[in-house]
Amino acid sequence: MATRRSALSALASAAVLAAPLALAGCTAGSTAMVGTGPSTLAVGLTAEPQNFDFTTTDGAAIPQALLYNVYETLVKVDSDGEIVGGLAESWDVSNDRTVYDFQLREATFSNGEPFTASDVKFSIERVQQDWTISLKSGMDVVDRVEVVDDRHARVVLSRPSNSWLRAMTTRIGAMFDPAGVADLANDPVGTGPYDVESRRRGDSIVLTRNPEYSNPESPRPAPGYRTVVLKYYADATALNNALLSGGIDVISGVTAPDSLPQFEADNRFRVLQGTTNGEVVLAFNNRRAPLDDVRVRKALTYAIDRKALLEAAWGGRGELIGSMVPPTDPWFEDLSGEYPYDPDRARSLLREAGHESLRLDLRIANLPYAVSSAQVIASHLKKVGVTVDIEPLDFPAVWLQQVFTDADYDMSIVQHVEPQDITTFGDPDFYWGYDSDRVQRLLTEADTAPPREYIADMREVARTLSDDAAANWLFLFPNIVVAKNEVRGLQANQVSESFDLTGLRRQGTS
Amino acid sequence: MTTAERVAGGASPAAAIARRFVIFVGSVIVASIVVFAFMAVLPGDPAQVALGVNATPELVEQTRQEFGLDRPLATQYLDWVGGLLTGDFGTSYVTKEAIGPQLLDRLGVTLWLVGAGMLVALLIAVPTGIVAAVRHRKPSGVVVSAASQVGVAVPAFLAAIILVQVFAVQLGWLPSGGWTPPAYDVGAWLRGLILPAVSLGLVQGAVLTRYVRSAVLDVQREDFLRTARAKGLRPYPALVRHGLRNAAVPVVTVLGVQLATLLVGAVVVERVFVLPGLGSMLLDSVAARDLLAVQGIVLVLVVGVLLVNFLVDVLYAVLDPRLRRS
Repeated sequence: MATRRSALSALASAAVLAAPLALAGCTAGSTAMVGTGPSTLAVGLTAEPQNFDFTTTDGAAIPQALLYNVYETLVKVDSDGEIVGGLAESWDVSNDRTVYDFQLREATFSNGEPFTASDVKFSIERVQQDWTISLKSGMDVVDRVEVVDDRHARVVLSRPSNSWLRAMTTRIGAMFDPAGVADLANDPVGTGPYDVESRRRGDSIVLTRNPEYSNPESPRPAPGYRTVVLKYYADATALNNALLSGGIDVISGVTAPDSLPQFEADNRFRVLQGTTNGEVVLAFNNRRAPLDDVRVRKALTYAIDRKALLEAAWGGRGELIGSMVPPTDPWFEDLSGEYPYDPDRARSLLREAGHESLRLDLRIANLPYAVSSAQVIASHLKKVGVTVDIEPLDFPAVWLQQVFTDADYDMSIVQHVEPQDITTFGDPDFYWGYDSDRVQRLLTEADTAPPREYIADMREVARTLSDDAAANWLFLFPNIVVAKNEVRGLQANQVSESFDLTGLRRQGTS
Repeated sequence: MTTAERVAGGASPAAAIARRFVIFVGSVIVASIVVFAFMAVLPGDPAQVALGVNATPELVEQTRQEFGLDRPLATQYLDWVGGLLTGDFGTSYVTKEAIGPQLLDRLGVTLWLVGAGMLVALLIAVPTGIVAAVRHRKPSGVVVSAASQVGVAVPAFLAAIILVQVFAVQLGWLPSGGWTPPAYDVGAWLRGLILPAVSLGLVQGAVLTRYVRSAVLDVQREDFLRTARAKGLRPYPALVRHGLRNAAVPVVTVLGVQLATLLVGAVVVERVFVLPGLGSMLLDSVAARDLLAVQGIVLVLVVGVLLVNFLVDVLYAVLDPRLRRS
C-alpha cells in the first residue's frame, strides 16, 4: 500500500512541477535581447521606470532614462548648470522678456516625422492640457505659441519669468510628435540619439541608436555606443557586484558609499564624484508646536553636527549646503557655516523657548541615507535633551500619505531631487508648513525681475530660509559614478533630470 | 494526517473529487476576498504615488477617479473578480499595461527558479540523507547530519550573498545576477540560473536531508530489509533494491510542502540576483502601490499552492485502490 501511495504522490508532484515548467519555456523568451560587445554599453541604475509616460507618472526614474536620450528639449543644462541649446540652435528674448524666439535645428522623430515649429506648439500646449504631473505648472506662464515658420517658433509669456526657460530644460520641455503620443506609456517617440528597442520589466531597458538622429539633413555626431542597456538593480550590493563581476560597465549613482574604497583601490575602475540637485533635508513641521517656534528650530539646527553626520551617515561623501540651493544653481551662496555645531547654544535656546526636555517624532523615508542620518540625529539631539522617536515609513507610498499629504509629523528626512525646488517654500500648503510673506513675495518678484535682480532675490530667499531655520539642510547628496576605465565622456555633476548618454563613448573611438 | 488519509473514508471516487473541488473553489473565493481586503487597508494611496511630490489634492482626486478607486469597495471587488473569470487581470494603473501577460512572463522565471532549486535540493538531499542514515552510528554519518543542521539555519539570502561574492565577484566564473531567457541563449540562461538555484536549493536540500535520513532509518528497521540483509546483500544494495521506494513516501510529502517554501524563498533570491520573476514583480508592485497587480500576483501564488494540494488529493481519490474497491 505504502509503495503505491508514494508512487501516486510522486506522480502528482511531478505533474504539478512539470506543467508550469513547460509553460515557462514558452513564455520566458518573449523579449528580444542584445548581446554584449564593444558597441554596447550596460549601465546599472537603481530606480526602474514603471512606464515610459512622464506626462502622467511622476518620479525621477522615467526622465532619468528618457530625457535627452530619447526625448530632446529646446534647451538643456550642461554639467555646470548653464542653459545651452538643444533642439533650439539659438533663441532671442524680447526687451520686456515675455517673447522668446527659438530658431530650430533640423531633426527627425524616430517615427520618421520631421521636427518643426508646429511640434513645439503641440508639445507646449499638450503640457497645459493633457499632462497631470504637478510639474506641468511650470508651463502656466505661457500665454501662446506661434508658428512663425517651420524653423522658427515664438513663445509668448503672460509675464516675464526667469524660471520658465530653466523649466524648459526639464521633462516639461520635451518635444513630442502629434503622431507619436498614442501610447506614451509603452512606445515613446522622440528626436533623441536613442530609441527604446525593448524592455524586460524588473530587469532592463534596451536603447538602440535612432537612425534618424544623425542623417545628411541634420548632421550631428552620432552617439558613441550603438546599443545601451539600462539595467535596474533595486539592491545596492547587487548593483556593485554587477560591476565587479563584469555584468555592467557603469554604475550611474552609487547608493552605498561604504563600497567605494573597493572601487577606488581597483585600477579597472574610475570613480567620479560630483554634485546633484538632491538636498537631504531634515524637515521641520513649521505649523506644529513646538516647531512653529523659530527658537526651537534654531536649537535643533545648532544641536546637530552636520559634518559628523555626513561622515557617519554617508562616508563623508557629499557637501554641506545650509539652504535649499545646490552649488550648480546660479544663486548659490555657501551658508553651511550659519549654524555651527553648538550644543550649549541649542540648550539655552530651548530653555528660552520654555522646553527643558522635548519628545519629537522623526518620520523618515525608509531609505539608507535617511535611516543612517536619523540615527546620528537622534544621538545628537539627545545631548540637548530632545528625545527622538524614529519611525521609518515605506517610501514612497506611506511617506507620501502620512508626511507629505497629511503633514502628520514633527520632523522628517527625505531627499528633494527636483531642480530649483527652493520654490516649494513659497507654498504655505507644502508639507513644510512654512508660511512666510517675505519669502512668498521675494519668489514672485524674483521670477518677473530682470536677470540680475532675479539672482539677488533668490539669494535673499535662500538666506531668509536659513535665518528662519525653516528646515535643516543636512547635506547635498553626492553624485558618484563608477565606471570601467574605457568608458569616456561621463559627467561628475548630475544637474539635469537625465542620465545623459549622448556624450558617452568607448576609449579609443571618436 | 496525510493527504491520503484525509480523502479515505469518502464514498465513491467521484464524490470525493467533487467534495475536494468544492473545497478548492471555496478556498480560492475566500483567498480572493482576503487578498482584496488586505489591499484595501494597505496604507498609501496609489494615485498619490503615481503623481508624486507636489501633486495637488484636486489632481490626486481626479486620478483616483481615473483609477476607479472612488467606487465602493464591493463594486471594485466584483469588477476585479469578473475580469479574472474571463482571464483578465486588469490593466495596471502604474505600468498602463495588461497585468495578465506580464504575470505569466514573470511566473515563467520564478518557476524555472523553483524547479531548478528543487532539483538542487534533491541532488543534495538524497545522497547525503542516505549516507547519514546508513552510517548513522559512525562519525562520518554524524558529521553529515550535523552539517545539514547548519545548512537548515542558513537563510537563502545569506547563501546567495556568499555565493555571489565567491563565484561571481572573486572568481568571475558566473554572473552575479540577471536573466537571459532560455529561448535566447541556453548557455547564458544556465549560467545565470546556477547560483540562484543553488542558493535556493542548498537550504531546502539541508531540510530535506533530515527527512531522507529519518525515512531511510525507519525503512532500515523494517522486516523486509532485515530479510534482504540476511540474504547476504550489503547495506547499500539492500537499501537501493528494497528500501528507497518505501522511504520516498514521507519525503515526497515533504517535497510538496517545500514547494510553497521555495516560492517564498524565490522572492528573496530573485531580489539578490535581480531576476525578473514573480517575487520581484510583487515587491515592485507593492512599492508602487500597484494594487491590481499585487492582488493578481498574490492570488496566483495562493491558487498555485491550493492547486498542488487539490491535484494530489484528486490523484489519490482516483487511483487509491482502497477507494476504488468501495
